[in-house]
Amino acid sequence: MNFLARIVPALFLACALCASARAELTIQITKGVEGALPIAIVPFAGNAGLPEDIAAIVTADLKRSGRFNPLDSGRFPETPSALNQANLGSWRNLSVPHLTVGQVSAGGAGYKVQFQLGDVFSGAQLLGYSFDVRASDLRRVAHHIADLIYEKLTGEKGAFATRIAYVTVPPGGKSYTLVVADSDGYNPQTVLRSALPVMSPAWSPDGSKLAYVSFENRAAQIVVQDVYSGARRTISASPGINGAPTWSPDGQRLAFTLSKDGNPEIYSADISGGGLTRLTNSSSIDTEAAWSPDGSSIVFTSDRGGSPQLYRMSASGGGAERISFSGDYNSRAAFSPDGKSLAFVSRSGGRFHIALMDVRSRQTKMLTDGGMDESPSFAPNGGMVIYATQRGGRGVLAAVSIDGRVQQTLLSTQGEVREPAWSPYSR
Amino acid sequence: MNAFLKNLLLASSLVALAACSSTGTTSGDGTGADGTGGAYGASGYGAGRGGAYGAGGAGAGNYVGGPEATQEQRVVYFDYDSAEIRADSQPIIAAHAHYLMQTGGAAAILEGHTDERGTREYNIALGERRSNAVRRAMEALGVNPRQLRTVSYGEERPAVSGHDESAYAQNRRVEIAY
Repeated sequence: MNFLARIVPALFLACALCASARAELTIQITKGVEGALPIAIVPFAGNAGLPEDIAAIVTADLKRSGRFNPLDSGRFPETPSALNQANLGSWRNLSVPHLTVGQVSAGGAGYKVQFQLGDVFSGAQLLGYSFDVRASDLRRVAHHIADLIYEKLTGEKGAFATRIAYVTVPPGGKSYTLVVADSDGYNPQTVLRSALPVMSPAWSPDGSKLAYVSFENRAAQIVVQDVYSGARRTISASPGINGAPTWSPDGQRLAFTLSKDGNPEIYSADISGGGLTRLTNSSSIDTEAAWSPDGSSIVFTSDRGGSPQLYRMSASGGGAERISFSGDYNSRAAFSPDGKSLAFVSRSGGRFHIALMDVRSRQTKMLTDGGMDESPSFAPNGGMVIYATQRGGRGVLAAVSIDGRVQQTLLSTQGEVREPAWSPYSR
Repeated sequence: MNAFLKNLLLASSLVALAACSSTGTTSGDGTGADGTGGAYGASGYGAGRGGAYGAGGAGAGNYVGGPEATQEQRVVYFDYDSAEIRADSQPIIAAHAHYLMQTGGAAAILEGHTDERGTREYNIALGERRSNAVRRAMEALGVNPRQLRTVSYGEERPAVSGHDESAYAQNRRVEIAY
C-alpha cells in the first residue's frame, strides 16, 4: 500500500523524539463552534493494555478542534471493531452521522493498527487504512487518524500530527528551556536548557530543524539545531544583536537581525552562515523578519516612521513599503502557510492583541483581546493561530481559529510558557 | 586632583554629553531614535544634584565603580519610552568609567533591558539603545571602547517579575557587569 510505504519511514524518524507520553501542556477549549459535528469513535479492539488508547487520542484531537462533538463513550450502544459488524441503526437513533471503528494487533516490528470511518446513514465506508507501527509510534498514528477523519469530514487538512516548539521559564526565572511537544502538549522534549535566555524559535520548512537565539556565553547567537539528532551549529555570533531568525521557504537561507554595523538591520545568509547579505539600510530599528511562503518578499518591523510598523521589501533587499497603518504599534508578523494573511501584534488603547491582515487588501481585524498577546504562529493548515498571552499574571499559550470561533488555552503545569512556533508538516 | 574632584568633573562632562544625546519618542517601552532630540539639559546634574552628591562623603563619594560595586551601584534606570541617561544615574556611570580608566585590563559588559510591554525581538533592539547610551557616555568620559561590550536582553531577564508600573520601572535598566 502506497500510503503505508510513505508513512513508515516518517514514523521511524519521528521516534527519536518519542519518550514519555506525559503532557506538559493541557489544552482547554474556551470557546467552541456552535453546531459542532457529532461523531463516535469506538475504542479499538485489542487496545486494552497498550501504552496508548488510540480512540481516546482521536476523540481528544477532534474535540479540541472545536469542530467536532464526539459522543461520550458511556452512550455507545455497542463497540464494534469493523463497520460490517456494526448495527448502524443503533447509531442512527443517536443522530450520530459518522462512526469510527478499528483494531490493534501485534504484528511485524510492533503493531498493526486498522481503522474505518463510516457514514451511519448510507452505510458507506468513507475511509479505511492500515498502519504498521512501533509501540512508541502509537500516539503519532492516532494523530494521523484524527487528521484523516478531520480532512474527510471538514474538507480541510488536519494539523494534529504536528508539533509545537516553545520556551518555558520555571518559577523563579533562573533558567530557560526550549521544548518541542506534540500539538496536543504530549511528549515534551527538551531541545536546550540554559541559565541565560533562549528565544525566537523558528522551524525549518521541512520540520527537521529549529533556528533560535541563545544568550549562552552572555552574548546573543543564532543557532540551528536538528531536533532529531540534537546536532547544533552557530550561524551568527556577531557583536551586538543576533536575533529574530526566519527561514526561506526552500530551507536554504535564513534572514535575521544583526546590529554589528551600528543599529539593527536585517541580513540573510545561507544556512552554513556564509553568503551574508545586508537587506535593509536605515538609521532606525529593522527587525522581526518574516519570509513570505513564495520566497519573494520579507515583511519586517521598523520604527523608521517614528513608531514600530510593518514594512515589506523584496527578499533580496532594497526599498520597503509600509503595510500597516492602523494604530501606533504593529510588529512581529507571521505569514499564513498560503502567504495570503499575516498575523501580528497590534496595540490599541495600551493593550496588545493579535491581529490578522489580508495581505492583498490590507484589511485588518483583531483576532484576540488578551491585552498582553504576542508571538503569533500559524498552524500548518492555516486554520488556527497559536500565540502567547497571560492568565493571572502568568505566561501561557493560547490558540484561536482564524475565524475567531474556536479558542483554546494551553495550560502549563508550572512556570511561564512563551514564544510558540507551530511546526510545518514533516516532509 | 583628588578622586572626588575627578569624579565630579567626570560627572559634569557627562551632563554636557547627555544634553546633546538621545531622547525622542517611540512606542511601547521605547527609546528614542539614536541621536535625535534633546530635552535633557534643563535639569543638569551639576547644578541640581551636585550638592547632594558632594555631601555624600570624601573620595569617590558614595559611588564605587568596578566589580566591587554593590548591585544598586551597577544599575542605570531609564524612564518609559526613553534611552536618555537620567541625572541620578550619572554618578554611577562616572564611578565605573573612573574604575575602567584606572584599570586598563578591566572590561565591562553593559546589559540593556526593557520592561515586558511590546514584542520580544523589538525589545531586544530597544534594550540595545539603552546599553549604547551608557557605552557612549563612558566613552565620552574617556573609557577605551575596547574595555566595553554591550548586550541586550530586552524583556527576557526582568529584575522583578511583576506586571505593574513599579515592576516595569525596575526592569527598564542597564546593568554594568564585569
